[in-house]
Amino acid sequence: MSTLVIAEHDNAELKRPSLNAVTAAQALGGEVHVLVAGSGAGKVAEAAAQAAGVAKVLHADDPAYEHGIAENLAPLLVGLAEGYSHLIASATTFGKNVMPRVAALLDVAQVSDIIGIASDSVFVRPTYAGNALATVESGDATKVVTVRTTAFDAAPAEGGSAAIEAVSGAGDQGLVRFVKHELSKSDRPELTSAGIVISGGRGMQSGENFPLIEAVADRLGAAVGASRAAVDAGYVPNDFQVGQTGKVVAPDLYLAVGISGAIQHLAGMKDSRVICAINKDEEAPIFQIADFGLVADLFKALPELAEELDRQGISKA
Amino acid sequence: MKVLVAVKRTIDPNVKVRVKSDQTGVETANVKMAMNPFCEIAVEEAVRMKEAGSANEVVAVSAGADKAQETLRTALAMGADRAVHIVTEAELQPLAVARLLKVIADEEQPGLVIMGKQAIDDDSNQTGQMLAALLGWPQATFASEIEFKDGTADVTREIDGGLETLNVNLPAVVTTDLRLNEPRYASLPNIMKAKKKPIDRREADALGVDISPRLAIHKVEEPPKREAGIKVADVAELVAKLRDDAKVIG
Ligand SMILES: Cc1cc2nc3c(=O)[nH]c(=O)nc-3n(C[C@H](O)[C@H](O)[C@H](O)COP(=O)(O)OP(=O)(O)OC[C@H]3O[C@@H](n4cnc5c(N)ncnc54)[C@H](O)[C@@H]3O)c2cc1C
Ligand SMILES: Nc1ncnc2c1ncn2[C@@H]1O[C@H](COP(=O)(O)O)[C@@H](O)[C@H]1O
Repeated sequence: MSTLVIAEHDNAELKRPSLNAVTAAQALGGEVHVLVAGSGAGKVAEAAAQAAGVAKVLHADDPAYEHGIAENLAPLLVGLAEGYSHLIASATTFGKNVMPRVAALLDVAQVSDIIGIASDSVFVRPTYAGNALATVESGDATKVVTVRTTAFDAAPAEGGSAAIEAVSGAGDQGLVRFVKHELSKSDRPELTSAGIVISGGRGMQSGENFPLIEAVADRLGAAVGASRAAVDAGYVPNDFQVGQTGKVVAPDLYLAVGISGAIQHLAGMKDSRVICAINKDEEAPIFQIADFGLVADLFKALPELAEELDRQGISKA
Repeated sequence: MKVLVAVKRTIDPNVKVRVKSDQTGVETANVKMAMNPFCEIAVEEAVRMKEAGSANEVVAVSAGADKAQETLRTALAMGADRAVHIVTEAELQPLAVARLLKVIADEEQPGLVIMGKQAIDDDSNQTGQMLAALLGWPQATFASEIEFKDGTADVTREIDGGLETLNVNLPAVVTTDLRLNEPRYASLPNIMKAKKKPIDRREADALGVDISPRLAIHKVEEPPKREAGIKVADVAELVAKLRDDAKVIG
């Protein structure tokens, strides 16, 4: 039994969710290998080789793999699959896009977004926006799995010294061309791995009011998130969305501001260690799961909060 | 160009889901059902393609029990021209759905298949990618914009870091994300008209593909409950609680 983890990267840096996937792979028990498929991504392969618990890194270097195009990666993975009992990726948009394609080509099921591993073939996964946890068993020869990063700690980035082996696949399938990226730039921590997340909802009324959230976020070294309503209304970009159909976060502290607490939103944050809510409606459902609730107008509370953090010397800014 | 839209009947997104006490699944008896919201977005996009002249026919397809017809009627009322109902009482997992849809795609030869990125019941987010694999077509998942260009399509995708645009050959499979469009409500006249549009019934068993489930479901449980905490009086108390009690700041 051995597991191949499909690394997520931008050819320069190994993305953290890959290390969460390594931890899940280790929990399965067998040897853990990592595939780095990219273009000029030697540095990423080296980083993967240093991750604790990784026994071998497979490095596929081809321009066809530069942008993580599923149509090109899937045949490569199918070619490598024979040696493995499990193929694993994190349940990020990258993993969700690639892994079902691989599974279908292998004629096996794919198990999505697992939060628990009961054995090498039995997994726990949330369904119905996290309202029902299903325990499922895959009888397929190759198990293709995506893992929820918040359910598995990241493996230490250092401590390993795996060998790097070159592999190759069929390259460009000629089906898809990369056109462009419009990536959000931010100096704040990444949403899914931040220790503190502050999210704003429709109650923010406009994108111009988000600096009120950012002022608090900067003082706490927090990431900024949002509800779907805030994203749909254009207050913030799509990659801020927390929820069933956005990102799943589980920070030490989640602060929901002007968010009502719809089940689809809760699905993305209810495993946070401490939940805190600011809402002017004391009946808002978010208070039913909040450890600390403040019934207040956010336009008054947020500036006060920034000030109080300064006064208490808690500020990082 | 013909557009094939795959739609699934799911529990209405506003329903509070309850796990059955015998842990075999969730309560669906007497529960309000609806078209999966991402499928509504897919139907809307297909109908807009027809209205814009880039498509000339929209065919909706759904696999499932008799009631899936209701969902197909909704798609027809939104503007689809005709529908295919793949009839089965069997539990369908994504690979099985993809196989069934492939049979219909092979017959219909659409220029585009558009479907939801995720069904809000199983939350799998797999079927479109699997169908694309089985057809050997490109897949543009999590789409927030689709633009046709000389026999190809530029599709903007919602990804974790922001947005990505891919140019895909046609035919292709596209899966919808939330920001692609805002689905219309079917008007009463269109609901009446939809009653006359044809729904072709196909028995799943006669399509010649294996649809047996690959994942055995051992049990379905309720997640651990989170209890409501306390209300604080003001910002100062909030900060004190977070610092001294919860110890998450400071
Ligand atoms: C298929 C599907 C997928 C979805 N996926 C997601 C998802 O991934 N993530 C997600 O978040 N949602 C998702 N939703 C949407 C979800 O159902 C809710 O509509 C959404 O979360 C509501 O966002 P909100 O809480 O910001 O807005 P609202 O529900 O409008 O709540 C706004 C809140 O702000 C409060 N407020 C207003 N003004 C102030 C003020 N001045 N001070 C303090 N409080 C104030 C109000 O009391 C209210 O509680 C999805 C829905 C569907 C159907
Ligand atoms: N039984 C079905 N009939 C038709 N389409 C389906 C069915 N199940 C899933 N789909 C399509 O696949 C999409 C993704 O579903 P899933 O992979 O189950 O999350 C849905 O939004 C539908 O477009």
